[in-house]
Amino acid sequence: MNEFFESISKSFTKTFITDDRWLQLLKGLGVTLEITFFATLIGIAVGFLIAIIRSTHDMTLGNKKCRKFSDYILKFLNFICNIYITVIRGTPAVIQLMIMYYVIFASSRNGIFSAILSFGLNSGAYVAEIVRSGIMSIDKGQSEASRSLGLNYTQTMIWVIIPQAIKNILPALGNEFIVLLKETSIAGYVALQDLTYVGNLIRSRTYEAFFPLIVVALIYLILVLILSALLKKLERRLRSNEH
Amino acid sequence: MNTDNEVLIKVEKLHKRFGDTEVLKGINAEIRKGDVLVVVGASGSGKSTFLRCLNLLEEPSDGKIFFEGTDITDKSVNINLHRQKMGMVFQQFNLFPHMTVLKNMTIAPIKLLQMDKTTAEEKAMELLKKVGLQDRANAYPSQLSGGQKQRIAIVRALCMNPDVMLFDEPTSALDPEMVGEVLEVMKQLAKDGMTMVVVTHEMGFAREVASSVAFVDGGVIVEQSDPKSFFENPQNTRLKDFLSKVL
Repeated sequence: MNEFFESISKSFTKTFITDDRWLQLLKGLGVTLEITFFATLIGIAVGFLIAIIRSTHDMTLGNKKCRKFSDYILKFLNFICNIYITVIRGTPAVIQLMIMYYVIFASSRNGIFSAILSFGLNSGAYVAEIVRSGIMSIDKGQSEASRSLGLNYTQTMIWVIIPQAIKNILPALGNEFIVLLKETSIAGYVALQDLTYVGNLIRSRTYEAFFPLIVVALIYLILVLILSALLKKLERRLRSNEH
Repeated sequence: MNTDNEVLIKVEKLHKRFGDTEVLKGINAEIRKGDVLVVVGASGSGKSTFLRCLNLLEEPSDGKIFFEGTDITDKSVNINLHRQKMGMVFQQFNLFPHMTVLKNMTIAPIKLLQMDKTTAEEKAMELLKKVGLQDRANAYPSQLSGGQKQRIAIVRALCMNPDVMLFDEPTSALDPEMVGEVLEVMKQLAKDGMTMVVVTHEMGFAREVASSVAFVDGGVIVEQSDPKSFFENPQNTRLKDFLSKVL
């Protein structure tokens, strides 16, 4: 029995204490959080932009012919957005990440920047479809009532449609952010020392698999739990606004 | 009919097609200041489409609509400015569920008329008092009954000081016991001199309040007259048939 505890304590020390490995893990966590945070921001911005372009196209043009110059621009933008969504959803995130790092930013090889941009653009495609479904789910009467008061299309979107859409899509959006957080674990492919990479590094240095991997898994789990709790709180606050 | 008053809305040869089906087949109408035009007809006759064309919620396929002298079907016209002067009330109320009653009523005046918040809220409270709902100012739409929602929808439109009010079957989605309270508000509005176009199945309202009643059938107005001759001496056979069913 004593021997058992002794070996556990030795593994523990090797994994976390020696060479200040806990500090490495902490730094890895920092990298993971940094990528996730900024990628989420990009994802939201890109996602909303695309969703608004696509749903504006669907609602105002649909299958109708273009009549004004602005109709052609909208049709063109919608076309670009469709290609973007198709390509992003149709290829693995890890390939996108490597293309970003080894091809697009080949000269600078800025890992963090490549990762943030890559994950952000990836998430944007998914956020776009979530937001679009939210916008389309709002009853047509809402926009008609708003337009009949004299509010224009943009004002109707900002004050009437999007606030209601966000409330409807919050669970799906939260899910997307959780997926994004965990997906950043492939950042090691472009030599970034994120949480997963550090965990694996410690495993290979110490020949101890159990502690590093389980602890890394636990850290992700805790992060997701915190994120879920925050989202639930936000959801509840939005709902209490309406009964 | 107030034949001396100025013409507020003039509709000329209005056509509306949805794909291959032609819903409106050339409607002509004239609405003068202070008129209460009640539009009746069987479902599917095009009466709601006609009403929705008046503020361009449906884009006419052909024909002209003049509002206060401006042809609003002209592409260069900023329709948003004209819609500010045309209040609309819907069958499904369409209150904004994420806003309180007060916010529902003040958002358009604040955003569009550059009214400051206090002034807009004072005006809203005044209107709420008129319809007996001042104690619901801070409620959300989901906390209101159907009749209350529709009364709020009416005063929300009134907050913009419209020159004309369009009603699209305002009592059709209500429980029977709530129809009266909404019609009462509309009657009061007519009495105050508001110009109104009302699509409805409430024949009693038409008879009592309308200055003119129009019967729409097959996408055209087949008969239009003052309520007395409309109900007591209808000429068109389709109208006679329709009235025998609804009265």
